Amino acid sequence: MPDQLIFAMEVTLNGLLNGVMYALVALGFVLIFKASGIFNYAQGVMALFAAMTLVGIQQGRVPFGHLINEIFGTDIHYFGWEVPALAAILLTALVMIGFAILAQRFVFRHLVGQEPIILFMATIGLAYFLEGVSDLMWGSEIRNLDVGLPQGINDSIDAVTFNLFGYGFFIDNLDITAAIVATVLVAGLIAFAQYTKQGRAMRAVADDHQAALSVGIKLNYVWVLVWSLAGIVALVAGIMWGSKSGVQFSLSLIALKALPVLMLGGFTSIPGAIIGGLIIGVGEALFEFAIGPMIGGATENWFAYVLALVFLVFRPQGLFGEKIIERV
Amino acid sequence: MKKLLTTVAAGAMLASPAFADLMFPDLSYRTGPFAAGGIPFSDGYQDYFTLLNQRDGGIGGVPVRVVECETAYNTERGVECYEATKGDGALVYQPLSTGITYQLIPRATADGIPLHTMGYGRTSAVNGEVFSHVFNYPANYWDAASVMINVLLDENGGSLSGKKITLLYHNSAYGREPIRTLETLAAQHGFTLNLLAVDSPGQEQGNQWLQIRRDRPDYVLFWGWGVMNQVAIQEAINIRYPLENFIGNWWAGADHDVASAGQAAAGYRALNMNRLGDMPVFAEIQQHVIDAGLAAGDGTNLGSVLYTRGMYAAMLAAEAARKAQEIHGVADITPAMMRDGMEALEMTNARMDALGMPGIGPEFAVSCGDHGGTGQAIMTQWNGTEWVTLTDFIAPDDSVTGPLVLEDSAAYAAEAGITPRNCNGS
Amino acid sequence: MFYREAGDFKTSYADDSQTFPIAFDRYRYYAVLAVALGIIPFVITDYWASAILIPFLIYAIAAIGLNILTGYCGQVSLGTGGFMAVGAYTSYKLMTAFPGMDMVTVTLLSGAMTAMVGVMFGLPSLRIKGFYLAVATLAAQFFLVWLFNKVPWFYNYSASGQITAPERLLFGHAVTGPNAEAWVKYLFCLAFVFVLAWVARNLTRGAMGRQWMAIRDMDIAAEIIGVNPLRAKLSAFAVSSFYVGVAGALLFTVYLGAVEVGEAYGIQKSFLVLFMIIIGGLGSLFGSFAGAAFMVLLPVALKVLLVDTMGWDTALATHFQFVIVGGLIMFFLIVEPHGLARLWSLAKEKLRLWPFPH
Repeated sequence: MPDQLIFAMEVTLNGLLNGVMYALVALGFVLIFKASGIFNYAQGVMALFAAMTLVGIQQGRVPFGHLINEIFGTDIHYFGWEVPALAAILLTALVMIGFAILAQRFVFRHLVGQEPIILFMATIGLAYFLEGVSDLMWGSEIRNLDVGLPQGINDSIDAVTFNLFGYGFFIDNLDITAAIVATVLVAGLIAFAQYTKQGRAMRAVADDHQAALSVGIKLNYVWVLVWSLAGIVALVAGIMWGSKSGVQFSLSLIALKALPVLMLGGFTSIPGAIIGGLIIGVGEALFEFAIGPMIGGATENWFAYVLALVFLVFRPQGLFGEKIIERV
Repeated sequence: MKKLLTTVAAGAMLASPAFADLMFPDLSYRTGPFAAGGIPFSDGYQDYFTLLNQRDGGIGGVPVRVVECETAYNTERGVECYEATKGDGALVYQPLSTGITYQLIPRATADGIPLHTMGYGRTSAVNGEVFSHVFNYPANYWDAASVMINVLLDENGGSLSGKKITLLYHNSAYGREPIRTLETLAAQHGFTLNLLAVDSPGQEQGNQWLQIRRDRPDYVLFWGWGVMNQVAIQEAINIRYPLENFIGNWWAGADHDVASAGQAAAGYRALNMNRLGDMPVFAEIQQHVIDAGLAAGDGTNLGSVLYTRGMYAAMLAAEAARKAQEIHGVADITPAMMRDGMEALEMTNARMDALGMPGIGPEFAVSCGDHGGTGQAIMTQWNGTEWVTLTDFIAPDDSVTGPLVLEDSAAYAAEAGITPRNCNGS
Repeated sequence: MFYREAGDFKTSYADDSQTFPIAFDRYRYYAVLAVALGIIPFVITDYWASAILIPFLIYAIAAIGLNILTGYCGQVSLGTGGFMAVGAYTSYKLMTAFPGMDMVTVTLLSGAMTAMVGVMFGLPSLRIKGFYLAVATLAAQFFLVWLFNKVPWFYNYSASGQITAPERLLFGHAVTGPNAEAWVKYLFCLAFVFVLAWVARNLTRGAMGRQWMAIRDMDIAAEIIGVNPLRAKLSAFAVSSFYVGVAGALLFTVYLGAVEVGEAYGIQKSFLVLFMIIIGGLGSLFGSFAGAAFMVLLPVALKVLLVDTMGWDTALATHFQFVIVGGLIMFFLIVEPHGLARLWSLAKEKLRLWPFPH
């Protein structure tokens, strides 16, 4: 087999796994948009906040330490204990649920029935707010996130492909883990939506607020539920991305990687987010591999958007988006 | 509370400018995408001035006042900070950002305030005939590129011919700086240079590292900053690239860059423009500043790579101020005098010993025509727990960077309509 | 008391359709103009110009531009930063290629160039709508920034890719470059703001503006009553991009003087201008100004208050800034979802009826 083809296969595989990482972020957007029509700009910051909180809890940092020290002249930074990874993840999930309750109670409950653009803007405010709170709570230094996920080249894939093609493929263990986690997460979400009472309420609300309300579903409750789920998805995304790069401000920018995925997959479809993610991941990796060197590289940022744009011209509602029916 | 009180006291002093003082603005960034690098640098910068105040009562008997202004690495906020502080008697600006530096070069020159961009900013500012108020001693990016190649030449018995070298760079003005130098050197020494750009912020480099894995270059040179550093080092470990052949510049060799990879990053090398390790001055900072509750940060950064560099920057500024006091015979100097002091600055080993920082930087002398120092740098290596110094200061190849500096500064002078001063006559 | 129609008789159609039908409003407008033109230029300092007024004026132009597209024509765009970059790089190329060209021409040509690019990227809007379009315009944002970063011709092959604005004179005074005085830069920007706002005001209440609004409210219905969606949408993209291009050019030439595309015209800029018009009020000129003022002034005001006056640690103050800005945005929305402009018009409405509220 020619070298270029083997390389292309490796690039494609890596692209697929990158796509899973994008899909993880996109998933949080879809959940909230589907249930409440809110385009949640704060999703990226939520991932940052969740990851920061996780690290903070794990290392036993004192929340708002800097602020407390500044006001009271104390010098406290740590509680002096360390929380095991799993317990810290559960605690962080609780924090994200608390955040969902607060956001719903103090912001979104007051904005029921507003136009999408206004809800979008409220999430912008929320993003600013949460970013400030996150910095105040845990500081803006970089933090190492380590929950024991494997990282580095997967040797068995390397060996198998080397025997097959004479060139060992590079697949990151972390990406494989992310793919498994994402699969479990999506399966869980779908099962939750299909087979539980709460899940069915969620779907009912997504279909029609008024009708759901009229059969006795508490909208508030469902929205808190959805925001909590989005918070937990943000936590998972934060862990996956943060394990590679450490947790710091740039983590909040991963939301930008999710937008083309959303366009492609449709804002309202969970499978769409996954498939959109995979297409974007493979597309941009192959483009950078094949065309990138000719035009100077670093094309990932824009190619995803152009791909989605071209795609949308032919299918304006995305792959799995609801068909746009226009009436006058 | 102590710290709050002192800041309030500083605020009160601001209100009554009757006291003579030397004002050093600190355009820092403790928030935003590059906060991890901005915090230790700013801590070191401020703590050194606090030390001077506490121990010596300032410089030449005049207390130092540091005014911190947060830029978040954003050019527009940098402009706001500059305008807010320049009327206050600011002596020298050190913005620690390429974008803000480019912004301030024309402004500060017009306002007559010197600008010191230590190892960053516009490289051709070395040419003091064109850039009268901009200084970038002790070294710049083109020097860095040349030093790296010199080190590699040394390791390969003086010849790099036929070697493959990849430059992995931040896709911005900062990252592009070394390209021209490396291209010239590639032609001279016969190695092939391959360029790989990473878009800001650099969270994703999977494709670039797959390519490195396919190409198997002999060396990867690295121009990164912020999150790009951590990701690159992690990816290099992931693909099992031999880390000692992966060499960062001095903004890609801080403690937090390798901390998340820890032991696995052992072997990674980076240039540095200042020496690392314990120095007598740290004990004094601990005693007079941190234990006294006056530290700019929480004191945990003391001695880290970027803290040391921030302290070095403050020391160079303080020495230049001292020189200016000496030249003009005035204790309360103006920015114009400060500029003269910077242009006459001479760092000797004896002086650095006296300051409690033996051999922290190379010996160099600034002159009217040469604002760039010697351009020497050391090579450091992460051993898994700390950065260790591998070499003494290594000189760059001035015959390569010199013509490039002249060419670029001439282009700037033509574009901006500057008539270069004549440094030989005066 | 003074703010009412009573006793303010209109005797011609021209009178009736003027921009400020209420006398008090008109005088207030003249008063603002008089202060802006007659007082500020004489008292302006470098700090006020560079930190507050010039960015405010430039962002006001960008916000008006985006408001035309988003507020009046209903096409959400996140490509503003990229389009501003087109304006900036066009002006840079013009300034360096034709040193004799005056700055007004340079700026207008930059706007025209941006308008063309804007129309090109506006074409998909004929198919794609709503948030999908917003994300599609991000393609323009990222592609343009990448292009200006990659093609050395745009930055005249300089080593680092930064562009620096050379000094240019207008009526014997430097407008760009480090030696330009604060009042010259201020007046130069003010002139653009004044003319462009005036044009925008009249465009939006003319036939073209009504077509845009018809498309915004319901495009299919508009098409049925004879509005050509192709022309309406593309003209909105063209006009909007012209404004945004002018703002981008001024941001580079007058305000910053040197820029690096990824940093000065990155995605944050697109969001910033969008925030301005949403906070200010969609479909309102006043809202564009109010939003620009809010986003430019608030951080500076908070910084002055927290750091300079109260002596807080700069890092803490910046974190609080985020909390306060975010909190205020949410608070405003809950109180009044349609932005500052609606608050303003509600206040006017109340004043008109005062002291008899019903």
